[in-house]
Amino acid sequence: MSGDDAGTPDPLGAVGALRDPVRRALYDYVAGRGHEVGRDEAASGAGVGRTLAAFHLDKLVEAGLLEAGFRRLTGRTGPGSGRPAKVYRRSRREHQVSVPPRDYRTLALVLAEAVEELGGEEAAEAAARRAGERVKASELREALRERGYEPYDAEGAIRLRNCPFHVIAEDRPVLVCAMNLALCEGLVAAVGEEGVTPRLDPRPGECCVAFSKNNED
Amino acid sequence: MHLAQLNVAHLRAPARSPEIAEFIAALGPINEISDAAPGFVWRLKESNDPTETVSHPYGDLLLINFSVWETRESLWNFVYRSPHLEYLRRRREWFTRAAEPYSVMWWIPEGHIPSLEDGMARLDLLRAKGPGPEAFTFKDFHEPA
Repeated sequence: MSGDDAGTPDPLGAVGALRDPVRRALYDYVAGRGHEVGRDEAASGAGVGRTLAAFHLDKLVEAGLLEAGFRRLTGRTGPGSGRPAKVYRRSRREHQVSVPPRDYRTLALVLAEAVEELGGEEAAEAAARRAGERVKASELREALRERGYEPYDAEGAIRLRNCPFHVIAEDRPVLVCAMNLALCEGLVAAVGEEGVTPRLDPRPGECCVAFSKNNED
Repeated sequence: MHLAQLNVAHLRAPARSPEIAEFIAALGPINEISDAAPGFVWRLKESNDPTETVSHPYGDLLLINFSVWETRESLWNFVYRSPHLEYLRRRREWFTRAAEPYSVMWWIPEGHIPSLEDGMARLDLLRAKGPGPEAFTFKDFHEPA
């Protein structure tokens, strides 16, 4: 994958690249898969032709929104298995745009460091739980989608494809993941969702929280 | 080069006491996840009984974890991106708060098994001089020279 050498990030340009509806549809399709996607699959997923899809996918790579690589999609190797196809996945780089400029990320990093120095983890978790309880939404998946978690169903649980706090979580994983769990507990209480329990079930590349469905019997 | 990591924690009560029982019971499953994790190389064990913690001359309440990994990412994924994270989240139930660094990393040649004394000396070095190429942390990481 070659997403880290795309030069100086231009967040406004990157976000602007999503204004084109075809590009937006292709981005949403690839980002929503959670695995590498070939050109044919992306084209049919977005409902456009293969040539058009290829053009826009490469524009999304240039903008730093997707990463491209090559892989044999058939799963076969050796002679006769064909040459590797170009595949795409969402870039790990994040683009934050605020007009006028605001920098809440640095503030969050500083506050997280202060919380750990003061040993205030429990207070931070309690505050996160209250923030979740104040949320207004009719149901859990909607509340999660609105907050950028990108929920999907797998293995009898609701899993979250995206960590909305990724940069801060990389810096202070234990604090931020514990706060995230508390926030999700608050969300469940706020929407009155019965029968699901948030728990930590971290995996590489995803949010640390999953919602297991409780047994009804 | 491989990445060695040592971390210490001060138990709130002796390892055999009821307050710590839940943590000791979790050692078996957590060690299994560690030993099966991609990039895992070696871990200091007292015996094959996972409830037996590493014995050492640094005080009865000090718990020591000492392991070797292929890459930063493999160690990171075990520590923070596996069920191990849940036990870190609950660490205050079993361990006292540490005011000084409690975890240190350094690079070793592949195939070399470091001594516990070396590990403790690296932790002392980190505490005395801050992070550097000989003793560092995830936050102030140093690539091999």
